[in-house]
Amino acid sequence: MSEHVVETLVQRISERFAGALKESSDFRGDLSVVVDPGSLVGVARYLKDEEHFNYFLYATAVDWPAREPRFTVLWEVRSLANKTRIRIKTTATMPDPHVPSLTSVWPPANWHERETYDLFGIKFDGHPDLRRILMPDSWEGYPLRKDYVSFGEPVIFSDQKLEGLEPDAIRG
Amino acid sequence: MADVIIEPQVHGPEQEEEAEWMDLNMGPQHPSTHGVLRVKLKLDGEIVRDAEPEIGYLHTGFEKSFEDKTYTQGITFSDRMDYLAPPINNVGFVMAVEKLLELEVPPRAQVIRVLMMELARIASHELWLGTAGLDLGVYSGFFYAWRDRELVLDLNEAYSGVRMMTSFTRVGGVAWDLPDGWIEQLQRFIDLMPPRIDDFESMLTNNPIWLERLRGVGVLSAADAIECGVTGPMLRGSGVDYDVRKQFPYCGYENYEFDVPLGVNGDCYDRYRVRLQEMRECLKILQQGIDRLPDGPYASANRKVALPPRGELSQSMESVIHHFRLVSEGFKGPVGDVYAFVESPRGELGFYLVSDGANKPYRMKVRPPSFCNLQPLKKLVDGVLVADVIAVMGSMDFILGDVDR
Amino acid sequence: MGELTLRPVPTPTGRAAGPTPLNALGNNVLTTTLDKVINWGRSSAIWPALFGLACCAIEMMGTVGPRHDLSRFGSEVFRASPRQADLMIVSGRVSIKMAPVLRQIYDQMPEPKWVIAMGACASSAGMFNNYAIVQSVDKIVPVDIYVPGCPPRPEALIDAVIKLQRRIRGEPLVKRSA
Repeated sequence: MSEHVVETLVQRISERFAGALKESSDFRGDLSVVVDPGSLVGVARYLKDEEHFNYFLYATAVDWPAREPRFTVLWEVRSLANKTRIRIKTTATMPDPHVPSLTSVWPPANWHERETYDLFGIKFDGHPDLRRILMPDSWEGYPLRKDYVSFGEPVIFSDQKLEGLEPDAIRG
Repeated sequence: MADVIIEPQVHGPEQEEEAEWMDLNMGPQHPSTHGVLRVKLKLDGEIVRDAEPEIGYLHTGFEKSFEDKTYTQGITFSDRMDYLAPPINNVGFVMAVEKLLELEVPPRAQVIRVLMMELARIASHELWLGTAGLDLGVYSGFFYAWRDRELVLDLNEAYSGVRMMTSFTRVGGVAWDLPDGWIEQLQRFIDLMPPRIDDFESMLTNNPIWLERLRGVGVLSAADAIECGVTGPMLRGSGVDYDVRKQFPYCGYENYEFDVPLGVNGDCYDRYRVRLQEMRECLKILQQGIDRLPDGPYASANRKVALPPRGELSQSMESVIHHFRLVSEGFKGPVGDVYAFVESPRGELGFYLVSDGANKPYRMKVRPPSFCNLQPLKKLVDGVLVADVIAVMGSMDFILGDVDR
Repeated sequence: MGELTLRPVPTPTGRAAGPTPLNALGNNVLTTTLDKVINWGRSSAIWPALFGLACCAIEMMGTVGPRHDLSRFGSEVFRASPRQADLMIVSGRVSIKMAPVLRQIYDQMPEPKWVIAMGACASSAGMFNNYAIVQSVDKIVPVDIYVPGCPPRPEALIDAVIKLQRRIRGEPLVKRSA
């Protein structure tokens, strides 16, 4: 996106929602804005109705365990008419991370937010049907968090000793 | 006697006011779900009132695996997501890394990438035709489709050594140069294919059974398609002109001349026509690719990122050191997050990469087209017969490896 | 020039004498064991159940396809219903959610049944040593043949089916190892 377009868009958002826009960046041509969770739905609705960001791309989260707030939750949407994209970010803190759901603004966000809940444990307030989608319903734990060790089986190489190891371990 | 007319409302058993709908489970093991998808149907007689897809039966934890592997190792993983067109996944993955690093890809590598991607697109559409047709009773179409697909797999194997999971890209270019005779083999393929696509056309396009099964089934209007976030031939079948290769060209697609077929009604038949025509457009692009294949390096000259050619290793000490660093540790990227996207046969396949400066992705989120295309299933099959559910799912062309990752 | 005499044709004996009761018996009766006959029947027409999970399923479809034709070896059709199948080719990675389904389909198949673990993921979880994939399908069902490859070539799968056929021919009828 051209710099001018980016600047004016960010300006319009910050004028409309005073104080909600925390920061914005344009890294490698991708515009991202960080918005305060309270005004998230308002900003989203403004972007859809007045800035024509009508095509939903995806929603996900990133876990930064060393930072506070821990999670960055983001949605990316595209404007088909203007050929632009914007990434709306917000944050969620432990314990009990939760952010507003954008399903009422962009219906396809439904499954994406369910997946983010499934893999990160972030609750989306206002989501019509928040439950696990990829993992079994009875699964405990949130696999994509950084402190969730992705266990498989320990691989043992031929020069290691075999005593004291679980019987299921793979023997190389 | 002649006037006896049986009316169910009068003569039949007493109808309950609110009859409960029957639950029918199209379970994960089903010949027509194109993978392990579970659809919980609620039927009112033969008519579908509610269809809830349940996914997750092929969840493999790709995104977690990516966080553990260097950028080059991740390429091999990326093949297995959309496993009907693995080269396209490869290109998308490395495009995200190249966008992060702001790395230029040499022109020869761009053309090789385009050739492999278009071949993958043809193979995927052929497979779709074969299996979607098989679901609807076109038994012989399956074998025609596989005959053509085997030719593409031969080309894949001649180039990369593997029939399906090519892993042919590397950050900064491609892994190997084209072998001798590959272009001639590709030219023979291009010359051979048009009559075979015409075969499909003559077998199916005006076939009354095909028309009856697909016309008017699973209609998605253009506005609904955008609202539901669908992508690829599903979107184009509804008349929305959005193809990543045209709107946001990558790998030199702006230099190729090809059309984007669009549908009118947004039903299954239009999506079939769109995909069939796309195969012909792929052949056009392939021919142009062969004609414009430039000479030159097949990988970036930036030795901090791309491996040096083997011939150089015996002559230059720096090459050996670069080779060692790249193979053992990989390269480090800057801090930041990017989103790169390609047009897979199913739609827009995107890779959102977050990097914290390490030699592996901090978070690699894949935006799968099939996940987005599968969401509006309930809307598409509301009020159709059970057999039409199969037709709709076939026309959506989703693949569970992509949906579940 | 000598006389051209035709040597008389000798009277045919043996099999060439034509069918006599004793000869007919010799051509039409074979003796074998019950085991061999039944195993020959079982091995010559193994019908797999449709159990394609992931990428290996595409190569399995390729094995059924026109170039590498699996039905030459007896696997004429892939039955969708496990009740009508006797071979389960687990082709693809088995995730945690799918594992009970796999076991249920295996249980629904009537005896005698065999399992081929096709591909690296079914044999040993392949490259996915993580939380989501069952580390080898032999934790859930007993496997007869493992086929390595990611995905294995159709020729490798045909080789597996042929090896399975040889194995079946050697099986005792009465006691079958589970």
